[in-house]
Amino acid sequence: MTNVQRLRPARIIQRFNPLQRALHWIMAVCILAMLFIGVGMVSTVASEYLTLVNIHKPLGILILILALIRLVVRLRYGAPPLPLDLPEPMKLAAYLSHYALYALMIAMPLIGWAMLSAADYPVTLWPSVWLPQIVPQSASLHTLLWNAHFYLAFLFFALILMHLAAGLFHALIRRDGVFDAMGPALTHDEIAPGEWREPPAPIRSR
Amino acid sequence: MPEALRPAPRNTIGSLALIAGIVALVAATFSYTAGWFSPERLTPQKLVDGFAGPSGPPLGHRRNHAKGICFTGMFEANGAGSELSHAQVFAKGQYPVIGRFNLGTPNPNADDSKERVRGLGLMISTPDGQEWRMAMIDPPFFPVASVEAFRELQIASASKEPDAMAKFAGAHPEIAAFGGWAKSAPWTGSYAEEPYNALNSFIFTDSSGSDHAVRWSLTPAAQPVPAPPEELAKRGPNFLETEIVDRIKNGPARWTMKVTVANAGDPTSDPSKAWPQDRRSVEVGVLTVDKIEAEADGPCRDINFDPTVLPNGIRTSDDPFPAARSSAYRVSYDRRTAEEKDYPRAATGASQ
Repeated sequence: MTNVQRLRPARIIQRFNPLQRALHWIMAVCILAMLFIGVGMVSTVASEYLTLVNIHKPLGILILILALIRLVVRLRYGAPPLPLDLPEPMKLAAYLSHYALYALMIAMPLIGWAMLSAADYPVTLWPSVWLPQIVPQSASLHTLLWNAHFYLAFLFFALILMHLAAGLFHALIRRDGVFDAMGPALTHDEIAPGEWREPPAPIRSR
Repeated sequence: MPEALRPAPRNTIGSLALIAGIVALVAATFSYTAGWFSPERLTPQKLVDGFAGPSGPPLGHRRNHAKGICFTGMFEANGAGSELSHAQVFAKGQYPVIGRFNLGTPNPNADDSKERVRGLGLMISTPDGQEWRMAMIDPPFFPVASVEAFRELQIASASKEPDAMAKFAGAHPEIAAFGGWAKSAPWTGSYAEEPYNALNSFIFTDSSGSDHAVRWSLTPAAQPVPAPPEELAKRGPNFLETEIVDRIKNGPARWTMKVTVANAGDPTSDPSKAWPQDRRSVEVGVLTVDKIEAEADGPCRDINFDPTVLPNGIRTSDDPFPAARSSAYRVSYDRRTAEEKDYPRAATGASQ
């Protein structure tokens, strides 16, 4: 194939802005760590249990704060459009999975915080910083929130695996610039500027 | 058309295999972390399941120390504890408490005269919004030295093999001391006449930042009146609960809280080993219990007396038990709160 020669020389690449990319990668590390800490801590009685719980709570609050900042940034700056030639089912999957990821980034810490509140457990960020209860103590509410936190965590992890697979699919197979839009650095520079569609993005400013 | 504008993949099959490999690696690491490849891992679920007898767990109830009764009252700090910990709970003053007298049994309908171990759960709240929770028992030391040994004890106790306990005692000789206590310590007719010991070691940090390894206990103000279990059996299966209700009607019950400070080299990681009697001990305050309520509708019901809920100024030590207890108590709490219908709130059938 000699496609490369047919590319225009210009390299106008639409990417997420640096703040968006920084938030994405910082949160990727935090959220993956959070999910691993979560499944690890509930499966052990070793002293690491307390260490993990003591990271899980403040890290969850950090993710909540970053997710809210990220939502505002996203609403303000939008996202680069998906490639015009991306098949419709993939576009739909991209939109829906991004809505779900945003919802989970914000909901999971809140559900966890509420779950601890419903059990009357302290939400300790630091030995001297205890957060207030956000729901009243209630056994039935605790059970509901516990189930939500538990099952949504696995859903979240599954979505992240899909997101990872899709990102790599764009980077390695389609090579359509979608990965580069969020990539920490450009992996290659042969991206056709004309390929960006006009009205983009799952979450747009309204 | 747009396909032509893009560089072709070098090797689609290879790339797909690489993607699948990366995703599988992340998923496998996650599964490993969750313990799905480690059936031998000691999980809180195993510990909690280990309390259930052949008839299954006590639905709606704590999985151990299942029989109990709620109390409320006050912890009055005398200020002396402030030299050991800067936690507000040791500053001179009165702090409200919620607690629970209980029996060391997974049977919520146990006969009070048959259960050797009695316990006290306590939550002290301070104006700074912090809490100190603990769950104490009346023996002066714990039966086993490690969490793993405790699991082995559960397995040996449940075993049908006649020599299972003998084998366990051979491997864990520390249990002999507990057996000695169970045989020789006098029984009493009241929760108010029992001492309660937080057998685990914790670290107190004072206002200068110095750490002190400590254990603490509650010494009853009421004079213990020894009563043989055969005599107690005649008082009815719930005599401890009726006794404490009657007693508190006539006036509060009190305990002195004493904090014992370890010398260098004292075993802090092994609650089966008591520290020598001559260790420095500081009386830090008095617990006053002035109200008793049935557990079903009482304030202690939905409290997890997790011994790792500690105010700033107290933290866990190298004692492995508080972490294991916290982990297991949480599983017990998650299960029993999901079984609310099995333990109706108003025993009379009235609304909450």
